[in-house]
Amino acid sequence: MGDPVTLIGKWLENLFFGWGLSAGLVSLIMAVVGVVVIASVVLVLDIFLVWVERKIVARFQDRLGPNRLGPFGLVQPIADVIKLLIKEDILPKGADRFVYNLAPILALATVLLLWAVLPLSSTIYGTNLNVGVLYIVAVGAISTLGIIMAGWASNNKYALLGAFRTVAQMVSYEVPMVIAMLVPVILARSMGLKDIVDAQRIWFLFIAPLPALIFLITSIAELGRAPFDLTEAESEIVAGYHIEYTGMKFGLFYAGELLHALTVGGIISTLFLGGWRGPGAETYPILGVFYFFIKAFFLYWVIMWVKYSLPRIRIDHMLNLNWKFLTPLSLAILIVTAILDKILPRSSEAIYALGMLAANVVVGWITLQLLRLNVRSERKRVAEPKPVAQPETSVAAVTSQTSSSSS
Amino acid sequence: MIPISWYLILTAALFCIGLYGVLARKNAVAILMGIELMLNSVNINLVAFWRYLTPEIIAGQAFAVMVFAVSAAEVAVGLALVISIYRRRGTVVADDIDMMRF
Amino acid sequence: MTALQVIFLITAVGTLGSALMVVITRNLVHAALWLVAALFGVAVIFVQLNAGFLAIAQVVIYIGAIAILMIFAIMLTRRVAQDAGPQTNPNWAWAFLVAAVLFGGLTWLLSAWSGFSTPMPEISSRADPLRQLGQALVSPNAYVLPFEVASVLLVTALIGAIMIAWDRKSG
Repeated sequence: MGDPVTLIGKWLENLFFGWGLSAGLVSLIMAVVGVVVIASVVLVLDIFLVWVERKIVARFQDRLGPNRLGPFGLVQPIADVIKLLIKEDILPKGADRFVYNLAPILALATVLLLWAVLPLSSTIYGTNLNVGVLYIVAVGAISTLGIIMAGWASNNKYALLGAFRTVAQMVSYEVPMVIAMLVPVILARSMGLKDIVDAQRIWFLFIAPLPALIFLITSIAELGRAPFDLTEAESEIVAGYHIEYTGMKFGLFYAGELLHALTVGGIISTLFLGGWRGPGAETYPILGVFYFFIKAFFLYWVIMWVKYSLPRIRIDHMLNLNWKFLTPLSLAILIVTAILDKILPRSSEAIYALGMLAANVVVGWITLQLLRLNVRSERKRVAEPKPVAQPETSVAAVTSQTSSSSS
Repeated sequence: MIPISWYLILTAALFCIGLYGVLARKNAVAILMGIELMLNSVNINLVAFWRYLTPEIIAGQAFAVMVFAVSAAEVAVGLALVISIYRRRGTVVADDIDMMRF
Repeated sequence: MTALQVIFLITAVGTLGSALMVVITRNLVHAALWLVAALFGVAVIFVQLNAGFLAIAQVVIYIGAIAILMIFAIMLTRRVAQDAGPQTNPNWAWAFLVAAVLFGGLTWLLSAWSGFSTPMPEISSRADPLRQLGQALVSPNAYVLPFEVASVLLVTALIGAIMIAWDRKSG
């Protein structure tokens, strides 16, 4: 009763069997139908995300946002899509045609691939890969390739430079991201996302808050959104790797970025916030879908909140943050979690959860103390007087020069 | 349905294509690409033998993982060498890097 | 022709075709992209051999790291005149001969082996190669020692690569 999706699926299957098709063919058709349904739902949601993005950025910046087209500006994204579709389709001179056209397709396709493993409810999921977490990392790796292709195929130095920077950032931030993703794997004893959600009677956010925070920060860096959006800084590098893309190809990049942000919200909610779990979600699976999307949109709002509140980070600060802070921290919390997982009794959930939480708090506190020591020594170093040129002599030279030239 | 012979012929062909790439290409990075093809063919062979002959002993997959690690290390060092040579000699054509010192 | 056989043939033709394009094409960046296609084909073959973890590890390690490293190296060591001239050595005919003879020799030698046409044995659905692999890589009477040596090798290669490619001028 509570699961209309599975009911419709079974009805379709019986219909196909009634037509006399073989079992293999029926399962193939059902798989294709499933893929089409979920891809369509996600892509339609993507158009809605354009509206969400513009309204919320407006509210953060104390203005109204689009409100002319349709009630509350809801028709605005459709106007945006029409505008992108009727733009001229340009191929820059000297650009590699096949690679240039393939790159935006790859950028959007790799985001859609991620929805195949996210469990939307206890019975609605694409597939339960037993290496689901590693699959997410693999798809992220392919999207990195798409960015290099975009940057190189544009035959533009700025695009290539932007692509190099973006890929350096993405590859660097993958390391703490993967290590932080291993903590829910240890806690749930499985890499499959369905198993991770099934093991979250207590949300992993309350058991392991520090890996959740690390995963959030590194995911924002992987997305290439502010404050890590050096790669598309208008004032510095003129939009980075998608300079030469116009019209719907740019639309694919833009929509891909927004959808990636929502997908990352979905992944964080699956790994740390309990996925589809909520009151009544086990008996009525359709409620699970509802809870999943609420959590995913909440995290999308958090990502946007971070984006529109913080200034951009410089590239050497960004790489320092990754290699000198996030990677050792994530390794430390992984080792602590693995050791505690063996020591604490699995049978008593309360002791296990409280022990892990205490360990996270202790590691976080030690990190803050180390940071404070580091800041103190850094402040001392910066406060030393550095030799500078004396302004009085140069002003005197200029005035004497002007007086001599005017006389 | 699929006897092991199909996989073995596939890996032999992949290995020989990689060998041709190593022997016949001029650019050092293209030679490294041929080496990668050869290592991948060896990996497929290891896993095919695991699957067909001893699916209950996991040694085949474990050694495929070792080959992954070794090939990653070799590519990293090889490309670092290529970049260092490019800085000093200005070329990465294998034929032009033939003197130990000028 | 069962469905599995068709899938295998399509994957094999795709992988071999991409590998051929890697060693033949003149533009190096195209060769790197064909290499990515060949590596992806190898990952699909791993899936057909019931080695799911290895398939995804192949995508992460080879395509996500090694192929990107190669593309970076190609872009950083390019000279515009390079793509114009011949991309193969003058003795490419000998290389082709050696490769063809080796292929023929390997196939003939393997066909003389008694187990050449073993069919694929069934593995029970209860068997969990992922769990077995994880336990084999860390258990003391399995492969923990090669595993640790491989990790030391990777750290050494990492440090060595950084030292070799260090730019002495900027210091």
